Amino acid sequence: MSSNLAVRLAPWLYTATLFIVWEAACRLFKIPTFFLPPPTAIANAFVEYWTPIYRHSLYTLSTTLIGFGMAVGFGLLLGLVVGWSRSIYAGLYPLMIGFNAIPKVAVVPILVLWFGIGFVPAVLTAFLISFFPIVVNVATGLATIEPELEDVLKALGASKLDIMRKVGIPRTLPYFFGSLKVAITLAFVGSVISESIASNYGIGNLMLQAQAQFQVPLIFAGLVALAVEGIVMYWLMAILEARMTGWAQRSGFAQA
Amino acid sequence: MSAFITLDGVSHAYGGLTTAPAVEGLSIAIEEGEFAAVVGPSGCGKSTLMKLATGLQFPFKGSVKVAGEMVTKPVKIAGMAFQAPTLLPWRTTLENLLLPLEIVEPHRSEMRRRRVEYAARAENLLTSVGLRGQGEKYPWELSGGMQQRTSLCRALIHEPKLLMLDEPFGALDAFTREELWCVIRDLHAARKITICLVTHDLREAVFLADRVFVMSARPGRVLVERKIDLPRPRDLDVTFTPEFQDIVQEMRSHIVRARQ
Ligand SMILES: Nc1ncnc2c1ncn2[C@@H]1O[C@H](COP(=O)(O)OP(=O)(O)O)[C@@H](O)[C@H]1O
Ligand SMILES: [Mg+2]
Repeated sequence: MSSNLAVRLAPWLYTATLFIVWEAACRLFKIPTFFLPPPTAIANAFVEYWTPIYRHSLYTLSTTLIGFGMAVGFGLLLGLVVGWSRSIYAGLYPLMIGFNAIPKVAVVPILVLWFGIGFVPAVLTAFLISFFPIVVNVATGLATIEPELEDVLKALGASKLDIMRKVGIPRTLPYFFGSLKVAITLAFVGSVISESIASNYGIGNLMLQAQAQFQVPLIFAGLVALAVEGIVMYWLMAILEARMTGWAQRSGFAQA
Repeated sequence: MSAFITLDGVSHAYGGLTTAPAVEGLSIAIEEGEFAAVVGPSGCGKSTLMKLATGLQFPFKGSVKVAGEMVTKPVKIAGMAFQAPTLLPWRTTLENLLLPLEIVEPHRSEMRRRRVEYAARAENLLTSVGLRGQGEKYPWELSGGMQQRTSLCRALIHEPKLLMLDEPFGALDAFTREELWCVIRDLHAARKITICLVTHDLREAVFLADRVFVMSARPGRVLVERKIDLPRPRDLDVTFTPEFQDIVQEMRSHIVRARQ
């Protein structure tokens, strides 16, 4: 179908348009490369510095994924605990909000103090920044069970654990998988922040070095590498979400 | 012999003793096998009555007895259906029906071994409410009326002695509603089951019930109890007879008074 094709082509078309307009603007207004390099200059930087970009990207990807994995495990667990009981919810919620409000840049020096620079603080920052949306979503899924359904099950003699297993957890899955998309992008933010403050590796560090040497196209190449990694991870999470929770995605709302 | 469900001078307040009670001095007795209907103004405590009778809420005054036992925890012999069908969207219709069997003993521990038998039972139940062969569909592939039928089946699958229906037809169109009246009527006739139906539709109450209880405005208690002597089996045509309409009219005047 033509509308289907349009939807499939749209992302490439929009991305291509962005780069073309960018390139054209740079040439038209004679913007200096050290201010805003055109896409062609960035592409050149990519070719020239391919090996370091590749190595540092892989490093960032690994810290991000490890931190994200920890966030998934911990977030899921904490979300279930918080959603389990109203009093735990009441007790932990302000703490979590407060914690989430702390800029993670401010936490990195403490992590460095404890663990030294490099790998560990990057992983932990990725973890700390990305678990919150998972907790909130899992807890929300549990907190919004219809009271009537709960009554139906209680009148059958169901225990709280029964209700959790049969209703709570399955109905939370769409919220959980939905939150993974947000969490993975946040995890990248976390690891890059930490790398640019306290590491000798990773894309964040690469960009910092490039900046010190005034290699502006390389800075932008780092940004693009990050964006690509972010898109790929987000896309994988979206596929996972669609596979695991197809039943929750029936709405035709955004299909036009 | 005492009645199957007995509420005796029951008072209940959701927010504890300091808040205004939802029901006060509520007494009602429903016999085994009886079809009872409860009508009353909105917010008068009809749903509260259901929750008290099934052990989902406990009164601060008075006593609740079901099947000869004081209610101190959720009774396990009840099936419930509400205005919203509350089916699980990730389960097929058939799997939704099996849910109570995964909870209630002895079925719970025999689920694996007897799954085929249970599935057949669910299939029969679906057939009896006119949903033959719809078991593989997901709830959202069914119309509102079909979902409500499924919800009724789910309330019946574990063969409860007691069926509690809280405005189960409230969200349906008039035709579907009357179809489902007949479904419930036949289920009641076929199984010796006690049914307690909460409704705000007086015709529904009079058509289906052996006895209709009219409740007062909040705090709710039973104002009037009216035996419905229309012969069974009742056909939908009965709703057009003068006797039927007289009873409905009488009920209406009680309700009007209850609201004042
Ligand atoms: N969970 C609840 N918490 C506090 N108040 C409630 C709750 N459920 C019902 N009520 C109050 O109790 C009264 C009776 O409610 P309900 O039994 O649902 O009435 P009905 O079903 O007759 O419309 C209402 O005034 C309602 O506001
Ligand atoms: Mg109600």
